[in-house]
Amino acid sequence: MGLDFSILPAYADILWQGTLWTIALTVLSMFFSLAGGVVFAVLQLSRHAIIRWPVAGFAWLFMGTPLLLQLFLIYFGLVQIGLDLNAFVAGVIALSLHFAVYNSEIIRSAIVAVDKGQYEAARSLGLSQFQAMRKAIVPQAVANVTPALGNMMIALLKESALVSVIGVMELTLSAQRAISDSFRPFEFYIAAGAIYYVLNLGLEQAVRVAERRSAQYR
Amino acid sequence: MDFALIGRIWPFFAEAAWVTIEVSMLAIILGLILGFAAALASLSRNVLLRWPARAYVSVFRGTPALIQLFLLYFGGPQIGINLGPFEAGVIGLGINIGAYMCETIRGAILSVDKGQTEAGRCLGLGQTQVMRRVILPQAARMMVRPLGVNAIALIKGSAIVSTISVLELSYTAHRYISSTYKPFEMFILASIFYLAIVTVFSFGVKKIDERVALES
Repeated sequence: MGLDFSILPAYADILWQGTLWTIALTVLSMFFSLAGGVVFAVLQLSRHAIIRWPVAGFAWLFMGTPLLLQLFLIYFGLVQIGLDLNAFVAGVIALSLHFAVYNSEIIRSAIVAVDKGQYEAARSLGLSQFQAMRKAIVPQAVANVTPALGNMMIALLKESALVSVIGVMELTLSAQRAISDSFRPFEFYIAAGAIYYVLNLGLEQAVRVAERRSAQYR
Repeated sequence: MDFALIGRIWPFFAEAAWVTIEVSMLAIILGLILGFAAALASLSRNVLLRWPARAYVSVFRGTPALIQLFLLYFGGPQIGINLGPFEAGVIGLGINIGAYMCETIRGAILSVDKGQTEAGRCLGLGQTQVMRRVILPQAARMMVRPLGVNAIALIKGSAIVSTISVLELSYTAHRYISSTYKPFEMFILASIFYLAIVTVFSFGVKKIDERVALES
């Protein structure tokens, strides 16, 4: 069987829908993984071992195991405890938790890395505790973490393809649907790969802009 | 927690862990070879070497590994590439991680001070000799740990070959989740093996790193 890319336009609609779902999945997971990353980072910096240890244990477990396995755990595990989530929600939860753990490591080291003198200087200039955090510490920490978090977000976009295995109709599964109809895997995986590549380029540009913007606070 | 069940089925997971180790190690070796070749090619002054290497890195880092694997395994037969699941898994993972390793190796080579090249050239060494005797030994020291990070990411990433029915750890976990409805137990069981593999491998990387640091 030779290659015939001319059949792709007939399936443009399903690929477009899949692309939109991939974007939705990625953007939502980015948001929750960043929020979760901040929460985990703060918890891991807690003075109380009873808070620090469970979070550290969870991070260790999630950093040492494959995302695919975590996806199975969350999708099938939540059903077992009586929470029958749809696959999309389970996918967002799994991606968010997985990347929140990695993000929290980055955020934690950035918070620790900001010189303590910066805080003291801000305070001695008459800024309140909150203002010192808001105007001195956070902007510098953000500038320090942006490149590394940007890389994580780029990885997240690509890893989002994995949620196709639990049945989320994102780009990868949409391509598979088109393949089971047309019997042309090569053409459709090339097409899906090309779409991912374009999305990836766009995201890389966005990350670069974010890096440049935050760098001024360094 | 159903410990009786775990006690009964853990040998199947141990067997599957070997498959994960085999797939990962072969893919890491393939990735190192491709990564080295691509890194040297991408630093070459010859456009015919440099551009294909850059394109390789850009395409394989810019798309999901899962898509690459599906393209190879399901799309391969259309262009005359017929591979079994295991071979497709090793080659698919190896080509993917090779692109990341290329960047790691390139970075390490570029981080060697330019004066070293100039000094080597001044002493009468050829271009290749400078690379082999001056640059690479110094770069080697800097690339062991980051390559180890790439390799550990690959070990965990090797779970995706379960989707093309390679009977490794994640495939086994999935199969037992479907037949026993015990996702927590299966997750914990598979996790123990993954964590053990990653821990042993990290220790190995540390030892190699110490060795290389001593020699150079």
